[in-house]
Amino acid sequence: MKILVCISHVPDTTSKINFVNDESAFDTNGVQFIINPNDEFGLTRAIWMQQKHQAEVTVLTVGDINCEPTLRKCLAIGANKAFRIDMQPTDGFQVAQEIAAHCKKESYDLIIAGRESIDYNGAMVPGMIAGLLNYNFVTNCTSLEVEGNHATASREIDGGIENVSCELPLVIGAQKGLVEEKDLIIPNMRGIMQARQKPLEVIPATDSVAKSSILKFEKPAPKGAVKLIDADNIDLLIDLLHNEAKVI
Amino acid sequence: MSIVIYAETENGKFKKTAFELASYGRAIADQSGTPLLAVTINQDDTEELARYGVDKVIKVNDVAFEEFTAQSYAEVVSTIAKENNANIIVLSSSANAKYIAPLVAVSLSAGYASNVVALPDSLAPLTLKRSCFTNKAFNTTSLVSGVNIIGLSNNSYGIKEHPSSAMETTNSSVSLSTSSLKVENIDKVVGKVTIADADVVVSGGRGLKGPENWYLIEDLAETLGAATACSKPVSDMGWRPHSEHVGQTGKPVASNLYIAIGVSGAIQHLAGINSSKVKVVVNIDPEAPFFKAADYGIVGDAFEVVPQLIEKLRAFKSS
Repeated sequence: MKILVCISHVPDTTSKINFVNDESAFDTNGVQFIINPNDEFGLTRAIWMQQKHQAEVTVLTVGDINCEPTLRKCLAIGANKAFRIDMQPTDGFQVAQEIAAHCKKESYDLIIAGRESIDYNGAMVPGMIAGLLNYNFVTNCTSLEVEGNHATASREIDGGIENVSCELPLVIGAQKGLVEEKDLIIPNMRGIMQARQKPLEVIPATDSVAKSSILKFEKPAPKGAVKLIDADNIDLLIDLLHNEAKVI
Repeated sequence: MSIVIYAETENGKFKKTAFELASYGRAIADQSGTPLLAVTINQDDTEELARYGVDKVIKVNDVAFEEFTAQSYAEVVSTIAKENNANIIVLSSSANAKYIAPLVAVSLSAGYASNVVALPDSLAPLTLKRSCFTNKAFNTTSLVSGVNIIGLSNNSYGIKEHPSSAMETTNSSVSLSTSSLKVENIDKVVGKVTIADADVVVSGGRGLKGPENWYLIEDLAETLGAATACSKPVSDMGWRPHSEHVGQTGKPVASNLYIAIGVSGAIQHLAGINSSKVKVVVNIDPEAPFFKAADYGIVGDAFEVVPQLIEKLRAFKSS
């Protein structure tokens, strides 16, 4: 089985978010980059399948050379090889087109991408890959089992879980649940050393075209100070919620 | 040209977001001078949509669509959009709508912006404000396709009545292409309000000390007709299912009122709940970061404050 895990290189969850160039670009200065958490849940699940089903796990990102340390980390976690499609994409549609073009050549059985990235929160890349390749698609995926050519998966829905079955090839929008936080693999020294020898191939971008562009960024307006209410004066809180905030 | 919304229903009733989409779609339709159409799937009574300014309802009623699958519902929305020459399609931020949106985008070769929080800044080019970096920022995006999809953040525009006296209703059919994907079963709590649809969300953190104390959260939620949620450590420790985890890697919350009990307010948690309109925190630690993000706060022991709050709220509700 051939598995592709699509990786987004994103700012660490604790990063302070700032913008430069007249608020038109994200300020990467001093920001620590990580594997997008939803992608990492998917990667860990893929590594389990590599161990159980001898699957070959490939990781891929669409981005410039600055993303390579993130791909090396994926190799240290256990991926067999890595691709970097060399471009700075403008939007998620362009990312999906690049990945789909690559997948047409490589014929993966299973394609895993985080249900959304924690930077742009587009939540479109896995679905668009599935749409472009006409593959089955399960997003918000919280469990996945593959036997032969057959997959069963669970999707988190509003207020519950939906269980589905389908044939491969399949695209998964990964999230927590696929594996738990405690299952995430921290690369050991041996993994890090091996990762240096594993193939990381840079491939040129195709002629994909974006369908949107970001004009500017802004931060939320600063918030007023909290109104503190004495623990013995709950009536005041209820009064404020009713008469001032008008939410109860 | 037309504006098409997909008006979602559940158990024969429109979801609240259907009315929000109609209200939002109406405002764009007025700006652009194009009709507002609503697609419904397996919904008999669609009269309610007239209250929010829908010009025409296109009903697709077919047993083939009895069960939601992303592929089939995306096909319905794409087909109706194509047949009606839609240039803007508006979808909600429900789990199902976010599932079909990218498929519709591919099928129509459309631009797509999710998490949109306001009416367009301009219609040509379609320029939209959306949240990003998990609510730590917004970006203004310009969609440059002939057909574009707006994924509207729940509870960001609100419901605005706009009675239309002459709403038309037609039936349409869409042929379903084959797929090997089958829904085996759905495990859903019946009669409980979901985090996505709730006006009020009550959330518990490590300050509650253990899962056995969750009756405090549940009782408070019941009093307010609220959904229950939890912080990441609580879900990681298995005190609560991860479907309740809200924050950066969990579910987003955009309720009118968010009450956090014993949640310290890590930056990832605050990001996920930031689009809630009013935030209340109860925490024993006055230094908890949540106090910087909240509108109202009580420094106190949850085990003393919450039972009092429940009692007083019950009295308030029955008065």
